Amino acid sequence: MKYFTRLRVRRVYKWRGEPLTFNRKLKTYEYGSLAISVEGLPKTTVINTGQHILIEGEDEDNPYVAKVIRLYGDESGRQKKAVVQWFVRVSEVPVSKLKLLGREPHPQEIFYYQGRSCDDEVDAESILRPVQVKRLDGAAPFPDGDRDALYVKLSWDSKTFKVLDSELAPPSCPKPSLPPSPPCSPPAAAPASRGPARRALPTPDFAIMRRAAAGEVKISRATMSARKASAAEAESLHSATKQSASKCLSSKRRSASARTPGVRKKLELSGPEKTSMIREDVLSRLLDEELESEVMLAQRLSASPPQALALTHSLAPVRKGHQAATAPGAFSLKPAAIVLAKLPEADSPLSSTSPQQGDDVPEARLPTGSVSTPRRRRATPRRQEAARGQKATTPSRRKEQKTLKEPALGVLAEEDSDNCPMLPVAATPRSSKRKSAQLVSSRIRRQLNLLDNQLDRDSDSDGEDEFVPSRKELQSSSDEDDDDDDEGEEDGDEDAVFLKKSRRASTATPRSKQRTRSSTRTPRKTPNKKVTPGTPRTPHGATPSIPSRTLPARQPANVLEEARTRLHVSSVPESLPCREQEFQDIYSFVESKIVDGTGGCMYISGVPGTGKTATVHEVMRCLQHAADVDEIPPFHFIEINGMKMTDPHQAYVQILQKLTGQKATADHAAALLEKRFSNAAPRKETTVLLVDELDLLWTRKQNVMYNLFDWPTRRHARLVVLTIANTMDLPERIMINRVASRLGLTRMSFQPYSFKQLQQIIMSRLNKVKAFEQDALQLVSRKVAALSGDARRCLDICRRATEICEHSAADPSASGLVGMSHVMEALDEMFSSAYITAIKCASVQEQLFLRAVIAEFRRLGLEEATFQQVFVQHQALCRVEGLQPVSVSEGLAVCQRLGACRLLLLEPSRLGVLQRVRLNVSQDDVLFALKAD
Amino acid sequence: MSKRKIQEDHLLIGECISQVQEILRERFCHQQLPDRPEGLEAQHKHLLELLKRTAVHGESNSVLIVGPRGVGKTMLLKCVLRDLLEEKEAQKNLLQVHLNGLLQTDDRIALKEITRQLHLENVVGDKVFGSFAENLAFLLEALKKGDRSSSRPVLFVLEEFDLFAHHKNQTLLYNLLDVSQSAQAPVAVVGITCRLDVLELLEKRVKSRFSHRQIHLLSNPTFPQYLAQVRTQLSLPADFPDHQFAEDWNASVKTLVEDKSAVDVLQRHFNSSKDFRSMHMLLMLCLSRVSVAKPAVKPADLLEASRLCFSDAKANILHGLSVLELCLIIAMKHLNDVYEGEPFNLQMVHNEFKKFLQRKSNSMYNFEQPVIMKAFEHLQQLELIRPLDSSAARIQREYQLMRLMLDHSQIMEALQKYPQCPTDIKQWAMSAFS
Repeated sequence: MKYFTRLRVRRVYKWRGEPLTFNRKLKTYEYGSLAISVEGLPKTTVINTGQHILIEGEDEDNPYVAKVIRLYGDESGRQKKAVVQWFVRVSEVPVSKLKLLGREPHPQEIFYYQGRSCDDEVDAESILRPVQVKRLDGAAPFPDGDRDALYVKLSWDSKTFKVLDSELAPPSCPKPSLPPSPPCSPPAAAPASRGPARRALPTPDFAIMRRAAAGEVKISRATMSARKASAAEAESLHSATKQSASKCLSSKRRSASARTPGVRKKLELSGPEKTSMIREDVLSRLLDEELESEVMLAQRLSASPPQALALTHSLAPVRKGHQAATAPGAFSLKPAAIVLAKLPEADSPLSSTSPQQGDDVPEARLPTGSVSTPRRRRATPRRQEAARGQKATTPSRRKEQKTLKEPALGVLAEEDSDNCPMLPVAATPRSSKRKSAQLVSSRIRRQLNLLDNQLDRDSDSDGEDEFVPSRKELQSSSDEDDDDDDEGEEDGDEDAVFLKKSRRASTATPRSKQRTRSSTRTPRKTPNKKVTPGTPRTPHGATPSIPSRTLPARQPANVLEEARTRLHVSSVPESLPCREQEFQDIYSFVESKIVDGTGGCMYISGVPGTGKTATVHEVMRCLQHAADVDEIPPFHFIEINGMKMTDPHQAYVQILQKLTGQKATADHAAALLEKRFSNAAPRKETTVLLVDELDLLWTRKQNVMYNLFDWPTRRHARLVVLTIANTMDLPERIMINRVASRLGLTRMSFQPYSFKQLQQIIMSRLNKVKAFEQDALQLVSRKVAALSGDARRCLDICRRATEICEHSAADPSASGLVGMSHVMEALDEMFSSAYITAIKCASVQEQLFLRAVIAEFRRLGLEEATFQQVFVQHQALCRVEGLQPVSVSEGLAVCQRLGACRLLLLEPSRLGVLQRVRLNVSQDDVLFALKAD
Repeated sequence: MSKRKIQEDHLLIGECISQVQEILRERFCHQQLPDRPEGLEAQHKHLLELLKRTAVHGESNSVLIVGPRGVGKTMLLKCVLRDLLEEKEAQKNLLQVHLNGLLQTDDRIALKEITRQLHLENVVGDKVFGSFAENLAFLLEALKKGDRSSSRPVLFVLEEFDLFAHHKNQTLLYNLLDVSQSAQAPVAVVGITCRLDVLELLEKRVKSRFSHRQIHLLSNPTFPQYLAQVRTQLSLPADFPDHQFAEDWNASVKTLVEDKSAVDVLQRHFNSSKDFRSMHMLLMLCLSRVSVAKPAVKPADLLEASRLCFSDAKANILHGLSVLELCLIIAMKHLNDVYEGEPFNLQMVHNEFKKFLQRKSNSMYNFEQPVIMKAFEHLQQLELIRPLDSSAARIQREYQLMRLMLDHSQIMEALQKYPQCPTDIKQWAMSAFS
């Protein structure tokens, strides 16, 4: 209802038609469609279930996108609700995660939302209007032109991007003017958006299926069943109409050759993970049903003459001519094959052919190997891999799927990180375009895969078939996909010119595949430039980075070096000893807020070096882990540091940038954040904000702090603010009442470490590396505990002591362990004041001047004198010492030198003889130092 | 003296002299690095080890080099860097950023300079793009991305480290030291300062992040060592082209440092300050007196150079004053004597001066008030007197309170040397009370 206040037009929402069903328990009526009419306008908009809609959100320019799953109202008819499946805009994905995408998102791109933290029930009256959502194939280019349409390629589960699953995905609508399109069209099979976009079939996602089965996914059962139904429907529909579809397509295209790029593209683009699975399934099926499939293939061959012609032409070298010939049909059928594999109960005669067809998909790539020379050169490894792939058919299908999941789900970071050796590589989008490097890495990867897989797979000999699995391997992750591409390009380069030509002519050749691929890439880059204009003042694409070193860093060679590395403050310890209680408190505070979906503030104080920031980071690591394994809802952790910004108001800019990636001026950022945290958003993750060095955010009006503490109190903010500062009474001291009140009383104080704790910290860091004598450790920790309780200091002293020990290791008596003497030396170095040494080392005149200063102080009975007065004393002392009296200039020079070292405190030197002089050291120290020699 | 002509006459000796000038000037003025730092071996080793660990192992460190001016802090660091870069591994990896507190007077400039020296990607040519906040974020991001084993270590040298501590919030220091204490790109922060109390300048958070390694350079050479230093500094190297000349020169240097008067001069210098820079200054003055006609440093040269070094700047100014101005100065001195350093104004000085004139009863120095005023203002411009507080703009100039910035000894010394100083004025100056 509150939305209305912000609307310029008043909308009227009405149910259309009679309720479909009545839920007796909930007393809700379910409707099929909703009519929205704008007051004063005759036109009404109709929202049907299954349609894509825009929902009022916090950003008026970018309303939320969702698909209606269910519409229902209560008995009174006043409450209108809708159950929706959310889509996420690019701007809603945290910036940090956007890089997982590995490319620049298209501005009109949206992601199918699979996270669980969003309520999927919305007020129907927040629906703005229908929108058209097209789903694109994994690598298909984003079409230009249509400003209103949105494109789905991937799904987003708040942690990773996955290739969109056919069943969940919205359909690639055949006609853009028809928004409520039936849910079908798998991403894996989704053809390029240009034309073949309509031939897609639903593919169930393994991950989704599994999760759904495990009850992890919070998708409403209705949705699930609806999906299944739609999937099945689509599938049958598809298989039934595949002939006509292909025909229709080909008619749309000018020629068969023009069409084939699409084919190739699709083969290539079919979601990297999915394809691999598909192929395996397909292969396994192939064994059982080879005969039958051959029959079917023959039929198909005859059925689709145009494609067959085009392909046979190019695929001449392939041994199994008939299979290659069927390739064009294959891509359309492949999805069906998957469905079959996944839903065995849905087996039908029609679909039984599909495995065969699916098999052909990879086959179609064969020309790459057989035609191009470089491929042949590399024949040996390929064959081996291929052999492995071929073997994939032997084990039972169930098992097969299991094993195959690994590469396929490689992108799902949180799922099976152990079994996914590729994971890190896959997760990091590669920016380097160096082909050679990628080539090498891809080779290495293949080699590794080879080793893995050869264990359980004996080699078979069908050369052409073998090729398929190797491709699969290459495509098992998006990263590898790239490699593959580059490799392909290289192949192309190596190819003879005539080959290129012939390939271009015959579209099924690898060259054409490449071309299409590269064409799919180019659009990716174009939005890239559009989307990130960067700050106008920073040059394009400036990435902040320190050049990487040419030679690797040397590893510690001996025990002392090892100890030193471990003792460095930067080395992250496995756990934080002695802060268990604090850890627990912070953990439970944040966890409860996340689980409840509420907000709150916490103030953490403690002197420097007591582990405040480290503990909070540790808590966040643990919580993140918990979120990853789905124990708690996912959340968003961002961190700002008062010391790391130039101005308190920069805090807004940094928060906004870390939250959304937007860049804005401080005022604008403040406004945006205000809006973000005060408006109700149907789906929002809890944000945990760590504000380090809070006192630096102090401004005269304290508006920065006020806002930081006010946002968590908003009803819809879901913001947890953890603040860190040094002083315990900071809220009382520097904050005005309304700020301190909002900060609340959740406070925690980190006490300085006691000597036992410090000792424990060192021990835990050393972790059984025997480098210190027990007494030495005790001395360090007692000393530091007595001084400050700063763990950093403690570690630094220990580190210095190991150095001293190393240097003195030359003498044979040393035990090799850091002993008391070394620690004493280190302590002396760090804590002893140099004043006395400095006085001892001063020149005769300087010492005399100091003496004169003291003499003058005694005469005056004050701790301050002008230079002129001291100078008189100095002259007298010179005469006493039998030295030639110095001139005023020289005396001033002496005085300035002492002042530069801060043995004396001086007024500015322009005052000349009138400047006043003070001692910065106690008189006793000076006398002691002067007497000693 | 037309040097060129003489050089043509004695080509060989002229060349030798110019060679000598070149070699020694290089030594004195260009701060040529010695092969090894004298008397600082332990510190050299410590620093070298430390930086080597950063360069080779990627360990982050921070260290302060503390010592009085002219003791050789920068020289030590440069020696260490020279030795470090001889190692190929270090040379290939180490990135250096040199900052000076006197040049980078605030964090904004310092950040731009760091970015420029690191050649980060927001640098085009010599220009650094982006605002202060952007630059900071960019640099921090860059450093954060790095890690111990993969990114090149960066050496930050902050000369006049104490001045960085005066920047607002110590943002730069905090961030640099924070990087050095966290698992980010390996950095070594080397601060060079002459302030012994530099740690007290650091804010507590900054201080906690500093590793507290301090290398104190407090050399304490004895006088014989100082003499030996002078000798080596003046001596010609063995590879001097003309051996005969080099031998002669070195022999003359040897006799110089054994000469009684020369030793006295050097002793006086040694008493005044032990640092190399003042020694170089003295030797430089000597060297500039070496010519073809006098191809050696004589004790007289040393004496003359020392006289120049120790001459009093204010007393020299007094020599250039007019008699009237000198009289005013003397009048001020008397006022100072009478009122024990209390400030005075023009009227008081004028009255004092009038008293002197009355006594003398000759009108030679009888000047009009405006003339005296002018002379008074001139003295103020020379900063021989300064107003008590500059804010007293309301007061008429005649009554503005002033202080004399000269010591009595300076005035008396100047009077002794003042050319053709009238005797009665001298007497007036000498007399305790007029």
